[in-house]
Amino acid sequence: MSEDIVAPLAGKIIAINIEAGQKVEEDEEIFIIEAMKMETSIYAPCDGTIKAIKVKKGDSVEEDAILGTIE
Amino acid sequence: MEYISAMLFKTTGLFHLTFPMVIMWIIGLTLIYLAISKDYEPMLLLPIGFGIIVANLPLAGLMTPEEGLLWKFYQYGIHWEIIPPVIFLGLGALTDFGPLIANPRLIFLGAGAQGGVYVTFFAATAIMGFDLKEAATIGIIGGADGPTTIFLATKLAPQLLGTCAVAAYSYMALVPIIQPPIMRLMTTVEERKIRMTKSRKVKKLEKILFPLVSTFVIILLVPASAPLIAMFMLGNLFRESGVVERLNHASQNELLNIVTIFLGLPVGATMNAENFLQPKVIFIFVLGLLAFIFSTITGIVLAKLMNLFSKNKINPLLGAAGVSAVPMAARVVHKVGVEADKKNYLLMYAMGPNVAGVIGTVIAAGIFLSLLS
Repeated sequence: MSEDIVAPLAGKIIAINIEAGQKVEEDEEIFIIEAMKMETSIYAPCDGTIKAIKVKKGDSVEEDAILGTIE
Repeated sequence: MEYISAMLFKTTGLFHLTFPMVIMWIIGLTLIYLAISKDYEPMLLLPIGFGIIVANLPLAGLMTPEEGLLWKFYQYGIHWEIIPPVIFLGLGALTDFGPLIANPRLIFLGAGAQGGVYVTFFAATAIMGFDLKEAATIGIIGGADGPTTIFLATKLAPQLLGTCAVAAYSYMALVPIIQPPIMRLMTTVEERKIRMTKSRKVKKLEKILFPLVSTFVIILLVPASAPLIAMFMLGNLFRESGVVERLNHASQNELLNIVTIFLGLPVGATMNAENFLQPKVIFIFVLGLLAFIFSTITGIVLAKLMNLFSKNKINPLLGAAGVSAVPMAARVVHKVGVEADKKNYLLMYAMGPNVAGVIGTVIAAGIFLSLLS
């Protein structure tokens, strides 16, 4: 069962704290997104292993964009 | 020889220096310090602070009517009401009404957070004995909108212009300090955890129609708001039309930056010692702060009232974003929300009442103008 990690708001990815294959726990900070000149953390939606990361640092993303998948 | 050097000394500013002028320098330097080291609204407080200093240098005559350089900036830029509307053109080009269009009922929060403007207006006349025009100018500080405060002060109470502008911009810079304690006091943790239902996507056509429809509706209802609303909505139409990218870009960058320089400097220069060093200035700062606090409270209370009547609950913190300090108030809402629930992303929802607050403050100013001038 894999789940998408989506951007909760539009902004620029300024940090990626995970790598593909890494195990994460629910609520672990995995991305930092900058919107309205403010940093906002994005957390893992569930326990699991990061399967893929679909964005690079510095990318601008829209709301609901898929940032990666977790299994 | 002694006679000549005495004469020479009298031609220097030093001979004419007074103690109140030195106090004004200190005030000006303090604003410059806050701008540089604390990053408090530096785009405005820096030129304002400098304006205060140079307007209080003896014999320099920068504010001498008809002759002084800064007097000319003031007269033709601010007194003629050119700069605040041009600032609004730029703000319109910068503003994304999407979050408001997606969630139109949040417009009421932008109106609700004008409560402090009226509470302060009544307090300033009834309790403090300011005349109606001065009271309105002081009340509008609670809207947390610099150009609107300047616009209204020019028309109703030019003698208070500098003071009210400095109060408005100072409190805007202090939004992250003033608002959160009130927000926590007025809401329960459970309320702060309310997650907003996902907004729908807004179509391009809606975004183009919004400034056009707003222009008709607002100016027909409150004609005195026309200079600010017309320019604000034109700027927004530049942005959303997608066909005048150069005008859009110029409005929100070069033009806005240029007029910002010519706004802050003469506003600071209106603050001469005789005008500013009066006990009533302290009252204005106190009343301005009250206006701000009341606006935050009335916005939150209105959000709670709306929740009584709707199934789809609003996070009451959004009410605090109804003051028009864009986007500081929205950021503060987001931060206070995240404290209660770290996965609650309120930022974009808060932008709705935040931009509605700008319109709300302009309308409040328009109503004062229609009734009092």
